[in-house]
Amino acid sequence: MNDMSPDRAERSEKLNGLGCSRKRVEDARFTQGKGNYVDDIKLDGMLSGDFVRSPYAHAKVVNISTEKALEVPGVLAVLTATDLEPLNLHWMPTLAGDKQMVLADGKVLFQGQEVAFVVATDRFAAADGVEAVDVEYEELPVLTDPFEALKSDIVLREDLEKGADGAHGPRKHHNHIFTWEAGDKDATEQVLSHSDVVAEEMVYYHRTHPCPLETCGCVASMDKVNGKLTLWGTFQAPHAIRTVVSLISGIEEHNIRIVSPDIGGGFGNKVGAYPGYVCSVVASIVTGKPVKWIEDRMDNLMATAFARDYWMQGKIAATKEGKITGLWCHTTADHGGFDACADPSKFPAGFMSICTGSYDIPTAYLAVDGVYTNKAPGGVAYRCSFRVTEAAYFVERMMEVLAIELNMDAAELRRINFIRKDQFPYQSALGWEYDSGDYHAAWDKALAAVDYAGLRREQAERIEAFKAGHTRKLLGIGLTHFTEIVGAGPVKNCDILGLGMFDSCEIRIHPTGSALARIGAISQGQGHATTFAQILASEIGLPAESITVEQGDTDTAPYGLGTYGSRSTPVSGAATALAGRKIRAKAQMIAAYLLEVHDDDVEFDVDRFVVKGAPERFKTMKEIAFAAYNQAVPGIEPGLEAVSYYDPPNMTYPFGAYICVMEIDVDTGEHDIRQFYALDDCGTRINPMIIEGQVHGGLTEALAIAMGQEIAYDDMGNVKTGTLMDFFLPTVCETPHYTTDYTTTPSPHHPIGAKGVGESPNVGGVPAFSNAVHDAFRAFGLRQSHMPHDQWRVWKIANDLGLHN
Amino acid sequence: MIPAAFEYYRPRDISSAVSLLDQFGDEARVIAGGHSLIPMMKLRMADVPHLVDLQDLDELSGIEVGDTIKIGAMTTQYEMINDDDLADVAPILREAALQIADPQVRYMGTIGGNVANGDPGNDLPGLMQCLDAVYSVVSSDGKRTIPAREFYKAAFSTARKDTEILTSVSFCAPKGGCAYVKQKRKIGDYATAAAAVQIERQGDRCTAASIAMTNLSDIPVWSEAAASALLDTGVDEGAVKSAVSGMLGDIDPAEDNRGPVAFKRHVAGVILTRAISSAWARA
Ligand SMILES: Cc1cc2nc3c(=O)[nH]c(=O)nc-3n(C[C@H](O)[C@H](O)[C@H](O)COP(=O)(O)OP(=O)(O)OC[C@H]3O[C@@H](n4cnc5c(N)ncnc54)[C@H](O)[C@@H]3O)c2cc1C
Repeated sequence: MNDMSPDRAERSEKLNGLGCSRKRVEDARFTQGKGNYVDDIKLDGMLSGDFVRSPYAHAKVVNISTEKALEVPGVLAVLTATDLEPLNLHWMPTLAGDKQMVLADGKVLFQGQEVAFVVATDRFAAADGVEAVDVEYEELPVLTDPFEALKSDIVLREDLEKGADGAHGPRKHHNHIFTWEAGDKDATEQVLSHSDVVAEEMVYYHRTHPCPLETCGCVASMDKVNGKLTLWGTFQAPHAIRTVVSLISGIEEHNIRIVSPDIGGGFGNKVGAYPGYVCSVVASIVTGKPVKWIEDRMDNLMATAFARDYWMQGKIAATKEGKITGLWCHTTADHGGFDACADPSKFPAGFMSICTGSYDIPTAYLAVDGVYTNKAPGGVAYRCSFRVTEAAYFVERMMEVLAIELNMDAAELRRINFIRKDQFPYQSALGWEYDSGDYHAAWDKALAAVDYAGLRREQAERIEAFKAGHTRKLLGIGLTHFTEIVGAGPVKNCDILGLGMFDSCEIRIHPTGSALARIGAISQGQGHATTFAQILASEIGLPAESITVEQGDTDTAPYGLGTYGSRSTPVSGAATALAGRKIRAKAQMIAAYLLEVHDDDVEFDVDRFVVKGAPERFKTMKEIAFAAYNQAVPGIEPGLEAVSYYDPPNMTYPFGAYICVMEIDVDTGEHDIRQFYALDDCGTRINPMIIEGQVHGGLTEALAIAMGQEIAYDDMGNVKTGTLMDFFLPTVCETPHYTTDYTTTPSPHHPIGAKGVGESPNVGGVPAFSNAVHDAFRAFGLRQSHMPHDQWRVWKIANDLGLHN
Repeated sequence: MIPAAFEYYRPRDISSAVSLLDQFGDEARVIAGGHSLIPMMKLRMADVPHLVDLQDLDELSGIEVGDTIKIGAMTTQYEMINDDDLADVAPILREAALQIADPQVRYMGTIGGNVANGDPGNDLPGLMQCLDAVYSVVSSDGKRTIPAREFYKAAFSTARKDTEILTSVSFCAPKGGCAYVKQKRKIGDYATAAAAVQIERQGDRCTAASIAMTNLSDIPVWSEAAASALLDTGVDEGAVKSAVSGMLGDIDPAEDNRGPVAFKRHVAGVILTRAISSAWARA
C-alpha cells in the first residue's frame, strides 16, 4: 500500500471528484442567458401550433366549425379528432395503461381539454385562429368530488367497456379505475380491534401542480426525404418518448430522434406524453414543415399533469406506552378524466406503500381506489418519487394525531417507534426492504440543533401569554422524520410501458486524457453535467473538468428511463460508476503492460496505477489513455471505452429530520417561519453545494404546497387557480432562511453508496410546514385541518376553535 | 396569452392624443405602464383595436410638492417611491406604493393608470379618497376635475369619459398622521384587505379623520361612518371598535381565492385597527 502522502491528497483534490463542492458547470450558460431551451429552437419555415381548449369541464362536442379560422391570415390547418382518426391518433395510450383523447372525440372531460389544433405560420396567427374556431358544446353534469363520482349515475368514460377490467384489475363502478392493495388486511383489522389506542383521521393532500418555470413544449420536424422524425421537447424521459412515439405512429425507432435540450425545471410535469406532442408530429408530417408548440402558463396549470389529490383515511394503533402496533390506510385517489399517472406499470398508486415511514410498524394494510372525475389528468410525482410525498405526509400527520390521542410529545413518540439501526436491511410490513438508516442519530442531532426542549418551554409560555391576552401570536413546532424510496428501479418489478427501469452510461476516453460520458438520465436543472463528472473523476482518475457529460439526445445517449423519482444518481449514477470501473479495469491491464509487471501487481491510486510496493513506478491515467490509442498491447483491443447498463438490486431509502418553527397570527392567518432546520441523509454526498441547493429549492416548493399552492376547482369544474396571481409560487420575500445539516449512511448496494436527494426536501418539507401549523393550535384542540394552510384557512382554524371570541 | 391584433399610436402631445380618442371612440384606449391593460388584452378580456401610448407626453409626468401636491399621471410608482421631497411631505405615498405588486411592476405602473383603471384591487384609489385628492382630466371639450371620492362607479367603471385623458392627481399636503396597512397573500398580490387612514390630533383628541378601504367592495370605500367614530375621541379602544363597525357597515366584500366573506370582514377590522393605531401614533 502507498503511504498517505500529502502529494496524494493534493492529487485527489485536483480531480474535483466525489465530495467536493464543485461549482456547477451549467451555470455559466444559464446565468448569461445562453441556455438553449425548446422555445429557443428556430428552424427554417417553422410553423406554430396552438390549442382550442374546452371552457367546460364536462360536455358533448356537438360541432366544430373551422371555416372562419381557416380564413385567418396565416392559418394553414385546423386539426380535429376527425382528422386524427384515420391515423388512429385521436386517442393515445397513457403511461398508466389507460387511453386519453388527443383531441376531443365527441366529448370533453375537463376544463382546458384539447379540442382542436390550429397550425399557422406564426404564434400570433395561431392564437387568432384559435379564437375563430367555433365549437358547439352541450353541457353535461359535472363531477368534481371523487367520493360522489363513485356513487354517481353519471358516466364519464363511455368509451370504456362496461364491466370489463381496467389495466389494474376489476373496476367496481363506471367511474372507478382500480383498486390496489398492499399488506395484510385481516391481520391489520385484528390489531386495530385489539390495541389500547386507535387514532383515526382523514388526511387530504390537495391537488397541486409542479409548475416548472419553463412550460411544456416541443418542435417536431419530419424530414420527408430521409423519413426521419426529429422531436425536440421538454422531456424528462427522452428514450421512453421515442419508444412511445414509435409505437403509436408506426415510425421505426431508428428513424426517430428525440432531443431534450436545456430544460427549465420538470418536477414530474414533463414525464408524460401530451396531446401537444402528437399534434405537432402529425402537423409536421402533414405540412412537411417543422411545427412548434409551447404551452402558456394557463395551459400548463390547467391541462398538463397535476400532482397529488389523495384522500387518505387512516387508522393507527398503539399500546398505551405509544408503541405502534398497526397502520391502516384507505386512499381515494382523484385521477381526473383520464388515468395518466406516471408510475411504474405495476404500481398504479406508485410507492404509496412506503407509508409506514420511518417506523417499525409490524402490521399494516393499504388500499387505494383510483377514480375518474371532471378534472385534468396527471397525478405525477411532483418533486418526489411516485406518491412518496403523499405517503410521508400521511404517516407524519398520523404520528401527530396519535401523539395527541396518547397525550404524548410527538418527538418522543417518533423516537420510540423508529426502525433501529441494527434492524437494517429492514423488511417493512408493506413489502419493502429498507437498505440502510440511522434514524435515532439523525433525530437526536436535529432535536439538539434546534434546542427542542427549549422550544417546547417557549411554546408553553406563549400559550400562557396568549390565554392571558398578552399576544395574538401562537408558536408551532413542526416535526418530521421522513423516509423516501427512490431510484426506480429493479427491472424485476419496475417498468414503464414494459420498459425496464434500468439506466445507463457510455464513456469514451480521448487519447489526450479527457473524456466524454453519455448518460440515459437528463438534467432539468439538477446539475448532472457537474456531478456525474465528479463520480467519474473519482472512478477513473481524470479531473472532472476534463469530462464532458452529454444527455438528452436519443441518437447519441444510451437508452435510459430518464430523470424523475430521484433516480438519476441511484440508477444512472451507478451505471456511470460501473462504466468507470470497466475503464479502470482495462487501464489496469494497459498500465501493467507498460510497467512490465503482472496485472495484479499494479493498483489504482487516485489518478494513476502504481506498482505495488514501488510507488515511484507508475503510469498516470492520462498516460494510459494515450497508450490505449498508440500502443499495440498484446491481447487488448485499442481504444478506451465502456458502456454500462445498470439494473439496481433494490431502491435506495434516503431519509431526513426536519424541524420548522412558525409564528402564526391568529387574527389574520398570516405566518412567519422563524427557523427551518433540515437534516438530510442521502448516503454518500457527491457535491455538498448542489445538495444544499437542491434542499433549498425543494423546501421552497414544499413551503408553497403546504402554505398556499393548489389547483382548485369550483363545482362547475372551472379551474380557480389558473394564473400565478392565484397559484402560489414563493418569491424570495416569502422564502425563509434554511439551515441544512446532514448525516451519512451510505447505501450498501449502490456502487458509491449514494441515495439521491433532489426530492427529499419536498417529501419531508410538506409535513414539517403543515405540522407546524397544526402544532400551534394543538393546545386549543386542533387535530386535523387540510392543506394548503393559506391565510383564510388558518384564520378559519382559529375561528372554529373560538379564538376570535 | 396572445392579444388580438391592434393598431399602435404614440402621439407627441396631448392634443393629438385627445383627437385619436375622439376619432376612435370606445375602440381606443390609452396605455400608460400597461401593467393592468396588457394582461387584460392578452387574456382577450379587453378588446382594444386602437392603442394610444402616452409615454411621449412629457406634460403628464413630474411631481410638484408644495401646499398642494400634484403628481403627473405618467409618474411611475417607482418614481413616487423614490421622490424624497414627496416622502417628506406625504410619507404615506411611499408607504402605500411600496405595497403595490413588486418592483418590476412598479417600474412600469403609473399613478394615472392605477387610479384610472377602476380595478377595486388597486391600492391608490382608496388612498386618494382618504387624502381627498382630485383628478384632472382633459378632452377636446377642455379640462375638468373630478374628486376621487366621486370617481368610482362600479368595478372598471369610472366618471372619466372614454374620450378623456387623466393628466394629474392633486391633493393637499396631508396633515396629522397617516398609515396604509395592507394584508396580501404574497408579494405581487392585490389586497385581501387594506386600509388608508389619516388622523389629525390635538393633544389627546382626534380633530379630523379620513378612512378608506381597498378591495372590500367593487369600488374603493371611503367610510365616513368609520372616520366620524374617531372624531373628538381619544382614539381609545371603544372609539376604534366603533370605527371598525362603521367601516363594516360600508364594505361589501365578495368571496374569492383570498377567502370567504367572513374572513375578509374580520381581516378588514384587524387591518383598520392596526392602521388607526399607527396613524394615531404618528399624528
Ligand atoms: C402582477 C401584478 C400585481 C399587481 N399588484 C398590484 C397591487 O398590489 N396594487 C395595485 O394597486 N396595483 C397592482 N397592480 C397593477 C399595477 O399597479 C398597474 O401598473 C396599475 O394598475 C395600472 O397602471 P399602468 O400605468 O400600468 O396602466 P395601464 O395598464 O397602462 O392602464 C390601466 C387602465 O387605465 C387607463 N389609463 C392609464 N393611464 C390613463 C390616463 N392617463 N388617462 C386615462 N386613462 C388611463 C388605461 O386605458 C387602462 O384602462 C399589479 C399588476 C400586476 C401585473
